[in-house]
Amino acid sequence: MSTILKVDDLNVSFATEDGVVQAVGGVSFELRAGEVLAIVGESGSGKSVTAQTITGLTRASNARITGTVTYRGRELNGLEDDELRDVRGEQIAMVFQDPMSSLNPVYRVGDQITEMIRAHRDLSKREAADRAVELLRSVGIPNPERRVRHYPHEFSGGMRQRVMIAMALALEPDVLIADEPTTALDVTVQAQILRLLDQLNRDRDLAIILITHDLGVVAEIADRVLVMYAGQIVENATLDETFYDPQHPYTWGLLGSLMRLDQTRGARLAQIPGQPPSLLAPPKGCRFAPRCPHEFDKCSELPPLEPRVGGSHLDRCWLDPEEKKSRRVQVIS
Amino acid sequence: MSKGDPLLEVTDLVKHFPIKSGVVVDREVARVRAVDGVSLSLREGETLGLVGESGCGKSTLCRAILQLTQPTSGSVKFLGEELVGRSRRDLRPLRRDMQMIFQDPFASLNPRKRVGQIVGDPLELHGLAKGAELKRRVQDLLDRVGLSPEHYNRYPHEFSGGQRQRIGIARALALQPKMIVADEPVSALDVSVQAQIINLLKELQDEFGLSYLFVAHDLGVVRHVSDRVAVMYLGKVVENSETEDLYRRPIHPYTNALLSAVPIPDPKRNAARERLVLQGDVPSPIDPPPGCSFHTRCPWATEICTTDEPALLEHAAAHVAACHHPRNVEEPVAQGSC
Repeated sequence: MSTILKVDDLNVSFATEDGVVQAVGGVSFELRAGEVLAIVGESGSGKSVTAQTITGLTRASNARITGTVTYRGRELNGLEDDELRDVRGEQIAMVFQDPMSSLNPVYRVGDQITEMIRAHRDLSKREAADRAVELLRSVGIPNPERRVRHYPHEFSGGMRQRVMIAMALALEPDVLIADEPTTALDVTVQAQILRLLDQLNRDRDLAIILITHDLGVVAEIADRVLVMYAGQIVENATLDETFYDPQHPYTWGLLGSLMRLDQTRGARLAQIPGQPPSLLAPPKGCRFAPRCPHEFDKCSELPPLEPRVGGSHLDRCWLDPEEKKSRRVQVIS
Repeated sequence: MSKGDPLLEVTDLVKHFPIKSGVVVDREVARVRAVDGVSLSLREGETLGLVGESGCGKSTLCRAILQLTQPTSGSVKFLGEELVGRSRRDLRPLRRDMQMIFQDPFASLNPRKRVGQIVGDPLELHGLAKGAELKRRVQDLLDRVGLSPEHYNRYPHEFSGGQRQRIGIARALALQPKMIVADEPVSALDVSVQAQIINLLKELQDEFGLSYLFVAHDLGVVRHVSDRVAVMYLGKVVENSETEDLYRRPIHPYTNALLSAVPIPDPKRNAARERLVLQGDVPSPIDPPPGCSFHTRCPWATEICTTDEPALLEHAAAHVAACHHPRNVEEPVAQGSC
């Protein structure tokens, strides 16, 4: 599969009243055509900032962005705002967590989609409106002819998220960035939306960057997983490697602290002690070291993200891979 | 798994919110049937999990049990005493034994009070401690929930979400209650912090013999903490069972769908599972469907489900469900007339 999006050494920092927050520190990865890439991490790990920076949404007077984002050979980071606007939507579309605040409450849903299409395409109102109906139908909204005339508040949370996805697909992008698309939804509705994303990925060969904190969602649809911690990628591996051969102690901690439906109940959960570091002054060496039970001398130096167990499986931990095998069984079975 | 006598007995509890309309005289035009006839019991030292999707009435049920909102009808007996209909003054002595932990660790702590005051207020209000004794007890509590006694003079905004939830737990523990109602206590927290708080709640339960009514929408969390689980849909309990039995063989189709909707963080097992994906959304509690309120989304619904409301029947030992077409039972129980 060919690489369509390449992020290289991306750094994003924001100047705030308290100091400079290093939200993303040296993030590099590739997205291949038709792939579902999950970015997992806890709040403040930099996963959303990474995704938003790809489409230029973090550009602000107090933001400092370095590194490159290359989409099909075109560097996006250096583009002017209006040039980037063409890429955004046309080629890379985004869906956000909260579908209510992403839709304009005073316009009918159909009009919002129509306006968006006409801003990018030379279509008559009639043609664009027909396209809006088609789009709503394609994401599984019943009675689309009637629903285009409704306002956002007349839709349920799950249906609103479908509207957002329909809108994102309007210009037939080949990358969809979905930032926590199911976090605000109930599980039964989440299952519907995940099924829809999976179907779009298969039928249209749509590459998806899925940002989530839920490893269950990851297991459901991802091909590849990036685990982020304190602004850095700590592990980059295929879905199976992430779950069955994880290399970074933070990934172990995440897997170990899950309360799963399919395992016998243990008396006590493996918890990660403490809390993530402040990104105003992140630790000099390995950023996970202060919470890591396996910390040793070498951890005062930041480990590079590189293959240690072969192939495309990258991690950021100094421990010897053989040693890791015996240590991680204490956390994950 | 009986751990003791019933501490809390809820019978046929109803909470309807009227929807009023009218220019001069307010007329009731409809009612939101938030809690519509719920019965459950909680024994001493036990954890009862309460699951359901948003809008199913979980939180309203908690508030109605604690009399934070006045129930429309029904009975709540706590330590053998009826709570419904009591005045606030008469409730106060009983409140010592029933406390609550809230979902949002940001909204549930007064930002203008110091931690010491937040945790110490219940002790002072109930006249249990003051002065140096008060401070010592608050610091003991902070220490017990994993905070440091030096945090006494800090303000809530200085803490992370997980630490704030610990403050909320310390406040609930202050009066040494018998029962704690925890309404989504970990859903606002990150996974690794969730595990810390769940472990803490379990330790405290063992140490003080607490009973929890534990509300959550996350079925994994509920399974981990609960001895028994009640599943709610549109203001009613549709299934109630011992935890392992509920997860091993869910009887109500809604419980089946809920369990099937939760993705398992294990790609191979997840792919190997048979999934039941429900169509549509939860209907409005203003105008719930007639008969079984789940029939609009149920793949097994038949004629009878649209007209007759199924009763909660015992399909296996200590395992009740309200369904005309129960799953995972060998012999259908004789359907009582409803």
